[in-house]
Amino acid sequence: MIPASFDYHSPKTLAEAIGLLSKYRDDAKVLSGGQSLLPLLKLRLGSAGHLVDIGRIPGLEDIQEKDGFLKIGGRVRESEIEHSDLVRRRYPILADTAAVIADPLVRNLATIGGNLAHGDPANDHPATMLALGATVVATGPKGERTIPIEKFFTGLFETALERDEILTEIRIPVPPPKSGGAYVKLERKVGDFATAGAAAQVTLGSAGEVVRAGIGLTNAALTPVKATDAEKFLQGKKPDDATIAEAAKRAAAATDPSPDRRGTVEYKTEMARVLTTRALKRAVTRAQGA
Amino acid sequence: MARHQIRVTVNGTLHESDVESRLLLVHYLREMLRLTGTHIGCDTTHCGACTVLLDGRPVKSCTVLAVQADGRDVMTVEGLEKDGKLDPIQEGFFQEHGLQCGYCTPGMMMTGHALLKENASPSEAEIRQAISGNLCRCTGYVNIVKAVQHAATAARAR
Repeated sequence: MIPASFDYHSPKTLAEAIGLLSKYRDDAKVLSGGQSLLPLLKLRLGSAGHLVDIGRIPGLEDIQEKDGFLKIGGRVRESEIEHSDLVRRRYPILADTAAVIADPLVRNLATIGGNLAHGDPANDHPATMLALGATVVATGPKGERTIPIEKFFTGLFETALERDEILTEIRIPVPPPKSGGAYVKLERKVGDFATAGAAAQVTLGSAGEVVRAGIGLTNAALTPVKATDAEKFLQGKKPDDATIAEAAKRAAAATDPSPDRRGTVEYKTEMARVLTTRALKRAVTRAQGA
Repeated sequence: MARHQIRVTVNGTLHESDVESRLLLVHYLREMLRLTGTHIGCDTTHCGACTVLLDGRPVKSCTVLAVQADGRDVMTVEGLEKDGKLDPIQEGFFQEHGLQCGYCTPGMMMTGHALLKENASPSEAEIRQAISGNLCRCTGYVNIVKAVQHAATAARAR
């Protein structure tokens, strides 16, 4: 399969890339790892007159803790997140997530910025970022602005990014002591999109009670789902089995999945409940050990 | 129609080519450079038959543009053999009957070769994880795993 004809630009700086996006607007697409965009173009489900490849722009590939945040450059590859010592040690939920995206070959090219900016509710990072309370940094002609992740996903394949903005960084607040998180995904086989997926991040207080809980769900509606009712329910409670079971029930109630070859609405809703239970239990165990 | 001049090092040889923006790396390798060892399988980023190394990392060449490889290093299955001597991964597939129909083999070998560069003594689980993006429709995974293990032993002995 061959994509429809387009022009390709390989800017060397962010300013040059933004200039191209400003010039071509709706006729341009940002090419990062290309692992979602190129299949779309090949299948001719999408088209663009101009691809702006950000692959040669320096400074978008760092993973570092700074100023109270874990800062991940927009072009950091999934395989780097999966194998990063810092991520595995301090943010196991992120390592969980990166490790189940597509397959190892795709992860060698796919980027975290692309995973979020694509706006696909079937992608895995959105749920995790919702659970972590991340912030997206968008860079455009007027410079940088920050977008809270819960305001980022505006529709199916739609995000809060303007046509001339590039997702340049993701900021995750450094979790306080006694925090832990986990991501669990049900997939038919390696490389498949999630039948359902759940991300949970919890912080425990001195008496073992939940101080903060973040829960995000993958492929559970037309946009990534933040299970706010379940999050609020957990607050101040000891995360015992009964409490987690009730929270998972509330998370499942926040979903609105579409039936497809991966399952019926009923099945997917039930899987969202089961996976939220598992993610919460693992998150709590990790928080207790932290 | 936009065209670009690219310089790509393939199996150690620098190639300068004039390519269309939309030309895929796998088509560049097969049709322009006539390196037909890299196979096109599903053409939809699933099967891994088209796996090549891009700057040392295994990727699906049906999902990379040739222009993205400009200034970079590509290795295909044709680059494994050196001076008439098989790479340990080739030796492994030969000795352990790691192929049946052979369609997935070039991709499997490139992934296996890259794995052994990173991890000289992978466990069975690590091998299975590494090749999880490469499909064998003959389902010959048992011998493919043995082939990679054989290659690991042979490479360590070299």
